[in-house]
Amino acid sequence: MGAPTTADSSPRPRVFIGLSVAALVVAGALSSFASSSPDGLERVAEDHRFAEYSRDTATAASPFADYATSGITTAWLSTATAGVVGVLIVTMVAAALFTLLNRGGGRATRRD
Amino acid sequence: MHVPDGFLSTPTSLATGGVAVIGIVACLRGARRELDDRNAPIAVAVSAFIFAAQMINFPVAAGTSGHLMGGALAAALVGPYTGVLCVSMVLLVQTLVFADGGLSALGTNIVLIALVTTIVAYGTSRLLLRILPATRLSVLIAVFAGALLSVPAAAIAFAGLYTLGGATSIPVGSLTSAMVGVHLLIGVGEAIITTSVVAAILATRSDLVHLARFGEQPASATAAAPVEVS
Repeated sequence: MGAPTTADSSPRPRVFIGLSVAALVVAGALSSFASSSPDGLERVAEDHRFAEYSRDTATAASPFADYATSGITTAWLSTATAGVVGVLIVTMVAAALFTLLNRGGGRATRRD
Repeated sequence: MHVPDGFLSTPTSLATGGVAVIGIVACLRGARRELDDRNAPIAVAVSAFIFAAQMINFPVAAGTSGHLMGGALAAALVGPYTGVLCVSMVLLVQTLVFADGGLSALGTNIVLIALVTTIVAYGTSRLLLRILPATRLSVLIAVFAGALLSVPAAAIAFAGLYTLGGATSIPVGSLTSAMVGVHLLIGVGEAIITTSVVAAILATRSDLVHLARFGEQPASATAAAPVEVS
């Protein structure tokens, strides 16, 4: 679009690497410190008495259901593993989709 | 705010599923125009970051928590069409692999957490950048306001959907005010996280912030790294 391609010579992957490392650290290390209180919707559903209508989803038997890794009993490790697996899956799916769309836009493929 | 299976009736879920499909198709087209070699890797990384950030529930009030939704962040960095795709992909992986958000509610969650948040955040930011002076601070103010409003907007949209086809019948006013009250607090968290990340990237590579194109003068030519004459 309008913005000139200014910084082709500057370290291109810095932001990519920064965000990716942040994702791994947040999912792998910080995730065990997350609040386990009900979220905003769950709170409202409890207060307004429709929380009990929640049903288990079809994927509830997944080995990573509820961000716990089945077979790992140490709570933080179980969450951290699920988090890192999730980051890797999202990265792969997103890389496939956005590479495809970028090519479809008629430009060359990405470099990182 | 991931909606589980069972909260909304099947017809309502089918309807939101239809809206989600139409929205995704439109975004797949729009994203081709937004994506280039520079920002495609950023779209990948911001998707991963949003997944990770959604694992971190922060406390917002007694016994209640919330987490980043991410539509505002993705739209600010890579544009609204690509942003919707980033968040939708996260929602897809969450429901399939982590049983987070009902499978039959995937359409609802895409509408609320990807489409509504992104449209409201990006629309608010663009409107503000039209009236604010063209500075980097204006970009951050616009990002903050967009992120702040995007979360209660999704909450209002949920209250609307629940009123149309929810499992129980609740007066729309009391449900809306309850949803907005708690999600305004979560919106403050959304705004702080989103603005911090955008500020960090603006400081290093302002050319990688989609919204900066509309808030810096002229484009981001002088703000970015020194240009080598080639």
